[in-house]
Formats: sequence, C-alpha cells, structure tokens
Amino acid sequence: MNEIWAGIQEAVRLIFSLDADLIGITLRSLEVSLTALVIASALALPFGTWLAIRRFKYRRFAIAVLNALMGLPPVVVGLVVYLMLSRSGPFGVLGLLFTPFAMIIAQVIIITPLIASITHQAMRELWSEYHDLLISLNTSKRQRVAALIWDGRRTLMTAALAGFGRAIGEVGAIMIVGGNIDHVTRVLTTAIALETGKGDFALALGLGFVLIALTLMVNFAIHALSRTEREGTW
Amino acid sequence: MSQPISVYLNSILVKRRGKTVLGPIDLDLKVDGFTILLGPNGSGKTTFLRILHGVERASSGVMQWSMPNEQAHQAQAYVFQSPIMLRRSVRQNLAYPLQLIGMDKDEISSRVSEWAQKIGLQDALEFPAPRLSGGEKQKLALGRALIRMPDVLFLDEPCANLDGRSTREIEDLLHDATQVGTRIIMTTHDLGQARRLADSVLFLLNGTLHEKGPASIFFAMPRTIEAKAFLNGDIIE
Amino acid sequence: MIRIVLAILMITGVAAKADTMRLAATTSFNNSGLSDALLPAFKVDTGINVQLLVVGTGQAIRLGQAGDVDAILVHSKAAEEAFVSADFGTHRREIMYNDFVLIGPSADPSRIKDAESAIEVLQLIAATEMTFVSRGDDSGTHKKELMLWSAAKLFPDFFGAWYKAVGAGMGASLNSASGLDAYIMADRASWLNFGNKGGLELLYSGDPMLFNQYAYIPVNSDKHVHVKSEAAQRLEQWLLSARAKNIINNYKINGEALFIFNGAP
Repeated sequence: MNEIWAGIQEAVRLIFSLDADLIGITLRSLEVSLTALVIASALALPFGTWLAIRRFKYRRFAIAVLNALMGLPPVVVGLVVYLMLSRSGPFGVLGLLFTPFAMIIAQVIIITPLIASITHQAMRELWSEYHDLLISLNTSKRQRVAALIWDGRRTLMTAALAGFGRAIGEVGAIMIVGGNIDHVTRVLTTAIALETGKGDFALALGLGFVLIALTLMVNFAIHALSRTEREGTW
Repeated sequence: MSQPISVYLNSILVKRRGKTVLGPIDLDLKVDGFTILLGPNGSGKTTFLRILHGVERASSGVMQWSMPNEQAHQAQAYVFQSPIMLRRSVRQNLAYPLQLIGMDKDEISSRVSEWAQKIGLQDALEFPAPRLSGGEKQKLALGRALIRMPDVLFLDEPCANLDGRSTREIEDLLHDATQVGTRIIMTTHDLGQARRLADSVLFLLNGTLHEKGPASIFFAMPRTIEAKAFLNGDIIE
Repeated sequence: MIRIVLAILMITGVAAKADTMRLAATTSFNNSGLSDALLPAFKVDTGINVQLLVVGTGQAIRLGQAGDVDAILVHSKAAEEAFVSADFGTHRREIMYNDFVLIGPSADPSRIKDAESAIEVLQLIAATEMTFVSRGDDSGTHKKELMLWSAAKLFPDFFGAWYKAVGAGMGASLNSASGLDAYIMADRASWLNFGNKGGLELLYSGDPMLFNQYAYIPVNSDKHVHVKSEAAQRLEQWLLSARAKNIINNYKINGEALFIFNGAP
C-alpha cells in the first residue's frame, strides 16, 4: 500500500513540477503512437471499408486472416521487425533499428489489423443499411465510399482510438526494436519497465499513472463517441 | 415530362437459391399516371419493382426503358418499404440527392426548405433523421425521392405501418406529384388505397403477371377468377 | 497530423545525423548510475553523443555481431575473447572492475555471513536448499554465477525447486529475490542503487573470485562498414584518460566506491 501511495505522490510531483524527463518521455510516447496511428489509419480505414463493400473471391479468407492478425503477439512482431531492421537483416542498410521509426513500424503492424477489423465490421453494418438507397440514388463508387466514411465517422474514430490505446500501452515490441535509449527511444511503457527493474517503484508508478491518465482519456473519448452513436443512431 | 415513357421486358426471370421468385415476365408497359402493383404476399411485387428500378438484376432476360437504362435510372426514384434514413439531419437527408448531382448550394437550400414545408418537417430540419417517428421517416423518404423531380417514382408499400393521418398526407403528396407529371408505380396491400389512387393495375400471382388493365375495369370486372378472389379478400395460392 | 509526421521525421533525422554512436552496455553500468556520470562528460569533451542500449552481456555481444551497435562494454571474459577472436570486435580493452556481492535475507538461514570463500557460500546455500534467485539470462552476471557453481563442484541443472532461474535483468531479478526473501548474487553497484531492498541485506563480499572486470570492445568495421569506428575509438581513448579514471574512482553511492579503474593507457 505504501508504495502505491508513494507512487501517487510521485506522479503528482512529476506532473506538477513539469519534470523535463517526464514531459520528454510523454511527448515521445505521443509522437510515436500518434504517427503509428495516422499511418495505420491511412491503411486500415480504406482497407476495412473496401472489404465491407466489395465482393471478391477470397473475401472470407481475407477477413479470417485479418481477424487472426489482430491477435498477433506484440513481442513476436517486435522480434520479427528487429530481425528485419538489424544491420545483418534484409533492411539493415537503412539503419532504422533503435530509432523511433522502428517503433512506429512495429506499432503500425500491431494496430493496423485491429483498426481494419473494427472498420470492416462497422462499415459492413452501415453498408447493408445504406446499400439500396445509395444504389437507387445512382451514386458513383466514390460517392458511396464518401457517404459511408462520413456517416460512419464516429465508429471509425472509435476504431482509431482503440488502435491508439493499444499502441501507447504496448511495451514488448517497442522495447525490442527501440532499445529504450534515453532521450531517443524511451517512452512511457519502456521507462516504466526500466524503473521497475531498478526497484524504483515510486517513479515507475508515477509514470504508470501518467500512462493510465492518457489511456483513460482515450477510453472516455471512445465511450463518449460510442454513446452518441447508440443514442442518436447517427 | 410530357414525353411518353415505356419499359419493355422480355423473359425477365429472377432466381434465388435455385427457386424462381419472379418471372418469366414479358411486358410492354406504357408508364403513365398512377400504376398500382397488386398481388398476394410472395407474389413477387417487391422484386418486380426492384428489377424495374434496377436496384436488383434479373437472373436472365432483357429489360429496356424507352431511353438508355442509365439515363432512365437517373430520372427515377424509389421509396423503400422501411425507409432508409441517412445518419444525418433532416436537412442533410433532403439535400443529399441534390448534392450528388452537383446542384448549386443556394438552389439546394431553397428546394430543401420548399420540400420540408411540403412534408411538414420544416420545424425539424436539424433533427437527426433516424430519430423521427415512422410516419415522419416515410414522409422524409418520399420528400427525398421527389426532390429531384423524377420522371418515375417507385414506392414499395409506403403506408404499410402508418396511421390514417400519415397515410392521407402521403397520398396527398403522391397526388400532387402526379399533377406535375411524375409517373408512379407502387405496391400496396391496401385495396382501398389501390382503388383511391390507381389509374391502372398490374396483378401479380406466383411471380408472374396474371392480369393487367385500367383500374376502373380491373376493380369492376376482373377477367380472371384469381383476381376476382383476391378482390373479394379470399386467400389464393 | 501531417505536421506531426514531419516533426518526427525531423527529430529522428536530426538524431541520426548528429555525431552519435551506439554503445551496448551491461545493466550494472547503467543501473549503478555510472553511465550518467561518464557519458555526459564524454559528450562535453568530444561532442559525441552516446546512445546507450542497456542489455545483458549475451545480448550486447549479439548486437555487436549483427553490427547494430558500434561498441560494447561488458563483463564476461571468455565470451569477450571469443567475440574478438571471431573478428567481430577489433580488440578487448579492460577499463575497470567492480565486484559481485551475495545478498540474502537478513536472518541468513544458510549462515553465509562468516563463510571463508565465495565457494563456501554457494556450498552452504546448496546444502541448506534455501531459495536462490539466478539471473538465468545469459548475462555476464549469470555466467559468473555459473562459473562459481562449477568451481564449487555443484551443478544447477540438478538443483531442486529452491533454485529459481528468472530469466531477467539485474533489477527484475533483485525484485524477485526481494519478493521471495531469497539469496542472490548481484554486482555491488546495482545492489547499492536498488530501491526495493525489502528484507534483504548484503551478507558476503570480498573474495577476489568475485571481482568483475569490465572491458570495452569496438565492433570491427571490416565486418560492418557502417560502424562508426572513429567515434568508438575516441570513446575508448577517453575511457582510458585521467579524467575518466577520476570520475570512475570517485563515483560513490552512500559514500561507498563502486568501481575501480584499472585501464592501461
């Protein structure tokens, strides 16, 4: 109990003293995860929508693969990205290992299937609702996708936030590919792992509370969005 | 608008999972005034309507409007049995068909207010459409269908679940539409409604066209026993 | 959003371009706090920014083999010599040493406090079968521990449930030992800097067998052309300088010196 209390005090102290390291680490966490989110969304939102409205031969198979990819263990993703980016790996010449880039790549791989899958489900539902009307109104393909994305924007936002929540709380993969280098690739989760290793539980918990506060904000946002979704059904 | 419109169907057949749900239908239909599609449940009325409008494709056969089908489709509108509301406001629902054809903004907004007035939703313009009552949704769907002033309007049981007042309001809107030259093809279960509105009747039975003719003749002296039985309210198989 | 991406591109671009090198070093070097005393001073003197990867000796050596770092600072002589003789490193340079200590519950149920040697300590723990936490992660500390067991003619493979190989870094292993009230071997620096001592205390130290030599090895640029040999060489020279010697010998926690410089210029 003492340690949790000390952790809370430490968290308060860190936040209110605007601790430079804490701010740097938090900003880096946000930078890495937000960039990963932007890239993953750019891939996953159109892909999920496309899966929902196109009928093609291997559609069911593609959906099954997507759902399986959602369960990818981050540590394995990290290991594979590590081996790819290592100087002795196929992309070694790029020199990306132990940089924020490598962390972004790993996070993109981890969250893209998640966002695509949620997008697909939401879009499939909306598409079956809108299908007849949009066909009847003689819409072009682009107009259909635009209508679906616009009217499904809250769900898509929810999908993106879910991806962000997963990215920012992830530690296994980014520890491996980022290396937890101070001022370069140290983010909230890896810093927590490090401070725990040093037995400095108060600081670790302090960082943990900052992370929890961030993810709570994200989840409240998801909740608020999905509630307006249900209440208004629009 | 005064240009005559007709549609020609040759051996139109619709199959679902190996079962024939419609056809074969051969028909040369002059689309004019108010055409009512009658028939018992499962006779293929909805499918027929959807085929005519092109939201569904026939398994085989040929359909040709008196103009290129694409162009014909562009000048048509369809009101589905359960109205499909875009998850947007009433205003945006009304504006959407006009935005699709790239109409200019001022024109859209004046047409939207005009139609909101006609369908009695002028005070609900910013209200989310999916939260309207059943009757209001149906009126909004109808307004959204008519706002592009279609040559042909299809309606699938538009008053199926509505009270008398909403039904009357919708019938009035449909009557006004025919006055400005919109041809209407509509299915209904309500024989009273059919008698009130129809200029001509198509009677479907088991997926095929069983009888057709001017409404006055069809209701007064149906040629087939099945049509007679249907008008008497008997169950026909 | 595009701005954020650009900002990150710039940040990472700058980080990669600036005069930096990567050093893989053992946990104790960082956990003790010595890295925070040495590396900023090095930067002041040379302008070179050292990115530190804190890993076990086993992983540090693999990072060097793959060419993912420019130099390594580790403490496991046999592994280091193999690394150099396979041409992954250019040469091995001894810098400093510290020592390992034996930590255990303050009640000391195995009575190791008055042991004559490190070997006797291990024999006492094994004979009483008191819980012992091993790093079990192929690190320098782990290798040293295994070497001591074998010197004591004991074989961890045959130990019972009291011997727990946790497969973790020094800090995490100390946390485990603290939780289990177990014996553990740790480097003195990590122990002094460890914040969660609980019921544990330092019970035995001083046997020369427990000395822990740190060596610096630049990665061979013949194997990996991108390796920053020049920066690695400057770090080596600097680590052997009087200034580094002074920092190392005067680095203290609670008044206790942790490392003893023994580099030969």
